[in-house]
Amino acid sequence: MAFDKSEVEKVAQLARLHMSEAETAEVASRITDILALIDQMQSIDTDGVEPLAHPLDVTQPLREDKVTEIDRRDELQTLAPATEDGLYLVPKVIE
Amino acid sequence: MIEKTAAELSASLAAREVSSEELTRAYLDRISSLNEQLNAYITVCAESALEQARSADEKRAAGDSSPLLGVPIAHKDIFCTNGVTTTCGSRMLHNFVAPYDATVVENFNKAGAVLLGKTNMDEFAMGSSNETSYFGPVRNPWDTKRVPGGSSGGSAAAVAADLCAMATGTDTGGSIRQPAAFSGITGFKPSYGRVSRWGMIAFASSLDQAGPICKSAEDAALMMNVMAGHDPKDSTCANIPADDYTAGLENSLSGLRIGIPKQHFAEGLSADVEQSIRDALSEFEKLGATIKEIELPNNHLSVSAYYVVAPAEASANLSRYDGVRYGYRCEDPVDLEDMYKRTRSEGFGDEVKRRIMVGTYALSAGFYDAYYRKAQKVRRLIKNDFDLAFKDVDVVIGPTSPHTAFELGAKSDPVAMYLEDIYTIAVNLAGLPGISIPVAPVAGLPVGMHIVGDVFAESKLLNVAHQFQKHTDWHKLKPVITGGEAS
Repeated sequence: MAFDKSEVEKVAQLARLHMSEAETAEVASRITDILALIDQMQSIDTDGVEPLAHPLDVTQPLREDKVTEIDRRDELQTLAPATEDGLYLVPKVIE
Repeated sequence: MIEKTAAELSASLAAREVSSEELTRAYLDRISSLNEQLNAYITVCAESALEQARSADEKRAAGDSSPLLGVPIAHKDIFCTNGVTTTCGSRMLHNFVAPYDATVVENFNKAGAVLLGKTNMDEFAMGSSNETSYFGPVRNPWDTKRVPGGSSGGSAAAVAADLCAMATGTDTGGSIRQPAAFSGITGFKPSYGRVSRWGMIAFASSLDQAGPICKSAEDAALMMNVMAGHDPKDSTCANIPADDYTAGLENSLSGLRIGIPKQHFAEGLSADVEQSIRDALSEFEKLGATIKEIELPNNHLSVSAYYVVAPAEASANLSRYDGVRYGYRCEDPVDLEDMYKRTRSEGFGDEVKRRIMVGTYALSAGFYDAYYRKAQKVRRLIKNDFDLAFKDVDVVIGPTSPHTAFELGAKSDPVAMYLEDIYTIAVNLAGLPGISIPVAPVAGLPVGMHIVGDVFAESKLLNVAHQFQKHTDWHKLKPVITGGEAS
């Protein structure tokens, strides 16, 4: 199936990616090719096959509900593009 | 000295023939003279490496005899290293200095290995040629017009060119084994869950696994003794005791049952590469192994299923890069959505964006059953093929890659690049261990033989690879690195 420009715009919005007009056309054509590769798997009948989500047949282990991490806020916030008074700064959300 | 394997260096250090400081200086000199040409390292930690080396020498003087004490290592730039930049090959993390060590890094630090630096890689490990790195492509030491393979291309080139004694890599669809094949070295992907992924930047969580990139199967065993084991910080890490991976290396291969998948010797495989693999197989027969043709009938669907599973999981994992807490943020965003979108569009490269798009589409409302669920079912069939095969054989052997290393720019079409991993991807989907070791080169370029084992049969695989290397010299061949940058 062809992945058209309107599909690219829709999916780019879901993925929070900005696409220029020129990029949209290029991406549409590349993704059309990739989907053709993916669609090869539709050729096989998988009715009744149990999906394999994870290669190991294990259940998620639980740990004790105990605090193990120490407070490293100041250190971690030095990595952020913008902070103030221990908070992360982003552009204004509410006018 | 720097051309030696880690095992040989370990012996030389123990015999006081060389100090870790001397060794570390020798590697740093080699990096200074060759890295500009090969681009194998993104970050070199000269000062801290020398400090670690001196500390290793002091520990040795005080009686510490850990096998990898003082042996210089390079980590793929996907492993977080406390205080050292960890970029994952992306502009998104070009300035990210991790505030902690990955468990793999911590384990090598405890073992006394000396960190030389962080190696180049395809952006977020998405690529098979190391051309998608924000920091530029890596060049193959055997022919600098060619790619070293990917995504762990920097680690592979660094090991092949003796810019380190050993390196770490990660493998989601072939990213340890294919660069090992292209670069003429040994690359080992353990079973899913064998090595902790804590502090290893996530690409596709049901597939990713860390492993050694090194000069011999024996070195891979020494590295696995440091890397493998349960980690309570990684809930997907298997709670099964790790082996002593060096213990079984000398076991005889007499009676070993080798399966040769018909589908791995079919159309698309270069005739010269096939000949190298067949010659290597006869070597195993001399060692007492028996060879039997087997079927992996769903192998041809592995690339299709993988390009749903991996992008879907990547699109979820990479949603964390939003320009708020760390990493790149775009200039002058007008509002929050503009910040998210431009940060991500400017911070990620084309291949990463393509995979996020494919994954987001596959997981979007109305398509989940047709794509992700279908791919998981195909994944079950692929695993069933291996389960059946391992009832009759101990290991499965074939080529790692259909051909030798290609030239930079030769695979500009993403689908052509994806098909590069046709022999390696099924192993990730099934969660199995696989190793690539060098066999006879073709036209001066390395060829890798791919050996796959049953789940958690790491020791068996390393034994098989080590015995082959004991009786052959292909892994000892070294590239002659010619000067000047090819374009």
